[in-house]
Amino acid sequence: MEQTALPDKRYEFTAKSKTLSYVLIAIGIVSIGISFATHSHQAWSNLLWNNFYFMVIALAAVFFLAIQYASEAGWSIAIRRVPEAMAMYMPWGAALMAIILIGNYIAGSGDGHYIYHWWHHDVYDPESPEYDPIIAGKSGFLNMPFFIVRVLFYFTVWVGFALYFRKMSLKQDLEGGSSHHLKLRTRSYQFLVLFAITSSLMAWDFIMSIDTHWYSTLYGWYTFAGLFVSGISVMAIILVVMKRRGLMGHVNQHHLHNVGLFMFAFSVFWTYLWFSQFMLIWYSNLPEEVAYFVVRQEQYQGLWIANFFINFCIPIFFLMTRDAKRKPMILLVMGVILFIGHWIDVFQMVTPGAVGAGGHIGLIEIGTMLGFLGLFRYVVLSHFAKAPVVAKNDPFMKESMQHSF
Amino acid sequence: MGHFKESDLRLPLILGDKTAHDITEDVCRPIEGKANKWWWIAFSIACAALLWWIITVSYTVGTGLGVWGENKTVGWAWDITNFVWWVGIGHAGTLISAILLLFRQKWRLSINRSAEAMTIFAVICAASFIVSHMGRPWVAYWSFPLANQFGSMWVNFNSPLIWDVFAISTYFTVSLVFWYTGLIPDFAVVRDRAKTKARKFWYTILSFGWVGTAKNWQRFEEVALVLAGISTPLVLSVHSVVSMDFATSIVPGWHTTIFPPYFVAGAIFSGFAMVQTLVIITRKVLSLENYITIYHIDMMNRIILITGSIVGVAYLTEFFIAWYSGVEYEQYAFLNRATGPYWWAYWSMMTCNVITPQLFWFSRLRTSVAATFIISIFVNIGMWFERFVIIVTSLHRDYLPSSWVMYSPTWVEIGIFIGSLGLFFVPFLLFTRFFPVIAMSELKTVIKSSGSQAKKQSS
Repeated sequence: MEQTALPDKRYEFTAKSKTLSYVLIAIGIVSIGISFATHSHQAWSNLLWNNFYFMVIALAAVFFLAIQYASEAGWSIAIRRVPEAMAMYMPWGAALMAIILIGNYIAGSGDGHYIYHWWHHDVYDPESPEYDPIIAGKSGFLNMPFFIVRVLFYFTVWVGFALYFRKMSLKQDLEGGSSHHLKLRTRSYQFLVLFAITSSLMAWDFIMSIDTHWYSTLYGWYTFAGLFVSGISVMAIILVVMKRRGLMGHVNQHHLHNVGLFMFAFSVFWTYLWFSQFMLIWYSNLPEEVAYFVVRQEQYQGLWIANFFINFCIPIFFLMTRDAKRKPMILLVMGVILFIGHWIDVFQMVTPGAVGAGGHIGLIEIGTMLGFLGLFRYVVLSHFAKAPVVAKNDPFMKESMQHSF
Repeated sequence: MGHFKESDLRLPLILGDKTAHDITEDVCRPIEGKANKWWWIAFSIACAALLWWIITVSYTVGTGLGVWGENKTVGWAWDITNFVWWVGIGHAGTLISAILLLFRQKWRLSINRSAEAMTIFAVICAASFIVSHMGRPWVAYWSFPLANQFGSMWVNFNSPLIWDVFAISTYFTVSLVFWYTGLIPDFAVVRDRAKTKARKFWYTILSFGWVGTAKNWQRFEEVALVLAGISTPLVLSVHSVVSMDFATSIVPGWHTTIFPPYFVAGAIFSGFAMVQTLVIITRKVLSLENYITIYHIDMMNRIILITGSIVGVAYLTEFFIAWYSGVEYEQYAFLNRATGPYWWAYWSMMTCNVITPQLFWFSRLRTSVAATFIISIFVNIGMWFERFVIIVTSLHRDYLPSSWVMYSPTWVEIGIFIGSLGLFFVPFLLFTRFFPVIAMSELKTVIKSSGSQAKKQSS
């Protein structure tokens, strides 16, 4: 096997940098504290929205790793440590999701404010005035025991594969050879099959069931497209920042071009699914379907337009050219813009269903996001610091180092 | 370090230690030699089918659409099924030349030419079904927004059917230009080698005065890149618009938001199956096994496996959401598909499209020419049934039970479908005789990195 001599560079997660994460986490805790103390009706949905967002960014990183191994992509070895570190947030995202769901269930049993309307027992009871025949008709799927089983299944799969990919990659660093690659490839096939199922199911469970009456067959794939764009955007941000620190000298403009291409292509893909879902529902104008968009267009007009504008119009113009995808600064700025854009998109998916009209993005919401960002940053950077910034001994390493087109 | 060196794990794309000259010889041989017996047999059958197509279409146009089995409830049946089937098949060519170019998959180079040819002939077949369904095909130009002096009414831009006119005509134009641009340097090779006057004359015209200077190549590459850029959204847009013909309506089983991406996945699925069917025969008949290797077949089988699984997920999603929605019309539409009078069509679709491609998880089947050929035929059949199931079973029982009917095709519709295979195979067989079936100029660029000779030297 080819051995390529590479500088064994490491990123150092300095005390100063750690302090920044602590400050962000503190801001988050204060914001969450205020929203609960003031009995904000958005308190729980803010938690779900922000945690879901960072959790699926980690999931996107696991997915990215899996497609690289499964397709035997050569170029991406040079940047692989970045998605690997991002994927290590997966256990945190899953654990926090469990805490938020349990917390909301306990709090909701007291004050009756569940994020998920179908958590109310009354809606299934024909004797109750709250009886809802439509939701009762879904009880074969929307019932607590089955929900818990599904959620545990997702978390086991996602966390299990995230940890496995990391472990094998570090082992390959030390041992070399192509056996690790072949094992990783097989596991990636397995993950991709499970991801195809869990990514759709989790979108129905965590998000679509908030608007309990509403349904859309495209919802799972729409959620997937959004999570992949946000994952790639965060990857681009970390990559460029590390490159500017001089840690990623081996990453050339062709690697950046590929990352930019993913951002561009999947932004267009996201828009394609956004349009398909919206246009078909708008065109047919069936009351049970169109209700979903009516509330978003009328009560959340500014954000509704911003969602489309930020996530489509900006990337299509600024990332279209070849040169734009090769400039680190453009990738960084576009990464930040798309990160915010898809944060707004997830808000659109969660909040109107959870609180009806009157949800908003204010300082508290931004603070909550910063808190999750601080934790995400802390976890990802501390894992990034634990291993050399370049994965060694991959059978495709040399291809990646010579990558150009 | 020298030139780019691939990982040792990559398999060679060209076997038999071919040189650039060998590639020219092997690709030009069918053009310069005489057709063998098998080609003439296939061509005669295809011509007979084409003749049958002319007869049945003429009969339909001359007599009226009443000669078909369609009725007041089932207004779309075999015609639109065949239209969607053919359009879908075309998608593999565009995916190979545009998306696989973006992903820099070098194995596309041995199959892109014939896949693109397939695209063009398949789109022609698809368009023929729209025209034959028009009733008055001599005013087909009314589907374009022409000024009223032409006698047309202004088209309704709110209708997805008119979007389809634009989608398909754009698709055809771009695919044709892309395909032809790639052919120009290869035509020039045939011209420069020509030993007969007639061949020299025709290939001089076809090659547009190509001389192979650096400037020629630079322009060639730039045009190819621009066309690939234009083609990429077409891979998604064409079949999305086709799906909107159904999904914008409120017919149960048609109105579902997953239709656009699911149709696209299905189109690529069926397209690759047809590429396999054609390529397996072509490589054998023209002795191109060193260029279209088992590795190429394996790669295409993987795409069939992936897209087949995506289609499977979409089927299950539709079925689940129909139940989850609580809308009884939706629920009945899907129950009727699986257990109603057309259950056999539904289960044929499920078996061919969801179960058979899963066999490609086994690498022995993926790398077996015989298994690939058989499974590709299954997929071709399954994807035809998919469109039949969507169109006919949704229409034959919708909101009003008093209008529920059955549909069965007449000999004329069956004849037009069989005839359309002739409409496809006659030009395709001519293509294999007169056009370089492998993009030889492009393929020569990977000899040094991916040829079997280069692989041996480096290891």
